Amino acid sequence: MTRLYLPPTPSLRFVAVWQRHFLVWRKLAIPSILGNLADPLIMLFGLGYGLGAVLGDVSGGSYFAFLAAGFLASSTMYAATFESLFSAFSRMHVQRTWEAIANAPMTLDDVVAGEWVWAASKAFAAGTCMLIVIAIAGYASFPWALAALPAVVLIGLAFAGLGLSINALASGYDFFSYYMTLALTPMMMLSGVFFPVSGLPAPVQAMAAALPLYHGVELVRPLLAGTLPEHALLNLGVLVGYAMAGFYAATVLTRRRLLR
Amino acid sequence: MTPTLEARGLCKSYGGAAVVRGVDISVAPGECFGLLGPNGAGKTTTLKLCLGLIDPDGGSAQLLGLEVPRRAREARAGVGVVPQFDNLDPDFTVEENLVVYARYFGIGARELAPRIPRLLEFAGLAGRADSKIQTLSGGMKRRLTLARALVNEPRLLFMDEPTTGLDPQARHLIWERLRHLTKEGRTLILTTHFMEEAERLCTRLAIMDRGRIVAEGAPRALIAGHIEPQVVEVHGPGLEEWMARARGLAARIERAGETAFCYASDVAPVIGDLRGQRELSYLHRPANLEDVFLKLTGRDLRD
Repeated sequence: MTRLYLPPTPSLRFVAVWQRHFLVWRKLAIPSILGNLADPLIMLFGLGYGLGAVLGDVSGGSYFAFLAAGFLASSTMYAATFESLFSAFSRMHVQRTWEAIANAPMTLDDVVAGEWVWAASKAFAAGTCMLIVIAIAGYASFPWALAALPAVVLIGLAFAGLGLSINALASGYDFFSYYMTLALTPMMMLSGVFFPVSGLPAPVQAMAAALPLYHGVELVRPLLAGTLPEHALLNLGVLVGYAMAGFYAATVLTRRRLLR
Repeated sequence: MTPTLEARGLCKSYGGAAVVRGVDISVAPGECFGLLGPNGAGKTTTLKLCLGLIDPDGGSAQLLGLEVPRRAREARAGVGVVPQFDNLDPDFTVEENLVVYARYFGIGARELAPRIPRLLEFAGLAGRADSKIQTLSGGMKRRLTLARALVNEPRLLFMDEPTTGLDPQARHLIWERLRHLTKEGRTLILTTHFMEEAERLCTRLAIMDRGRIVAEGAPRALIAGHIEPQVVEVHGPGLEEWMARARGLAARIERAGETAFCYASDVAPVIGDLRGQRELSYLHRPANLEDVFLKLTGRDLRD
């Protein structure tokens, strides 16, 4: 039983899992990217210009710039989440793809590692597309804005790990709506995506500081504006911590679900 | 010769319920070994234990001479698996399924390329390389799954109910392919609950029930060792009364539903008696594996 809790030991062969997902994605890449981007872009341009006209400047910049940074982080979060929940669940449960892979000289650790990196890759693609649109709109200050991309990768890994953990516990697709509604939506409200966290009561601010998305936004926003984040190391540390803990939890929970 | 698979005292419980209770299996190279048993007998769990996919609660197993689950990854590099449920990749074509699966064995596209025509030929899917999985029939999917299990040119193949859900034509084609594999010298281990399949294909069988192996041997030896050679099946109105009278005519009479099974070395007295019965129909046949199976595992319905 103690084997269940051993640290993940994936082999490099996990790349084959990533390659499989990439091959599937390549077949429907354009609709997939458009689907991922349409929602945050409509929100960004609608709220950014609409609300921005009412609100004026927020935190010393335009509201559009403020919201663009928030949406860069949150659309990365959602891309990683969708891939690690719905897509991973159909591969694990509906199509039995994981079972097929595990019959080869692969371990479940390889499978989870492949899913984890893949979900983060898709999140990275979504984040990069967002960044391009933000840059075209004129709200990204280069070269600092490019430093947002590694932060996007970390946000992707953090939420891919959490998503895969939830996936390992899920009994069906319905289960995921609890996580989306009860965890991610409040997190989006508390992480400074739409409005500055500084306006919230102190205890709520303290709660926000424990959330991965908050640290993602804290990293991305100054970088887009062309400055160094104030607490970059802390923000990075929290995201790395979530990513590692999420990957570990996902591996253990998946072993518990499938290795029995 | 070193056994291809050697398992000793395998045990596995789920939530306090023992599913596999002390299973010993030894399979020599070139054998076609069948694991027979009713639903829930523990066949699939036994296969998973042998493949090192799950940890046993007790016992040990060596696959291709390597201890599993500790060295399962190495061992499985030389093994092919045909699972009970189709898990082909629905997003891929026939050929892509083979290419992607080979990568899990560390076999690149260039190494696999010369094998693909042979694998498709073997699966009866030549010319269908670019077909979508959804367009394949059940039999074609099964044969592709079999071909996929051969991408690494394994010495040993595990098959969990390879023909369940197939129509008779498709089943016969799979049997023919499996015989071809044994002729090539590959070792086959399969589970089934089709007696005909076990009798036709397997050089040796183990009958499993409630997590234990209850009998083992070559199909003919099992029949000879466990059951009277002749059977008369009787059914029709008045069966009850006839059975009460006929007790002494055969070594053993069993009833399952509306049919009485009379087992004996010499069934002449039974048949003689039945000739006088107008209402009852009967069938005289040699004993087969199903008779052994039902004798050992009982006639109760299993879920």
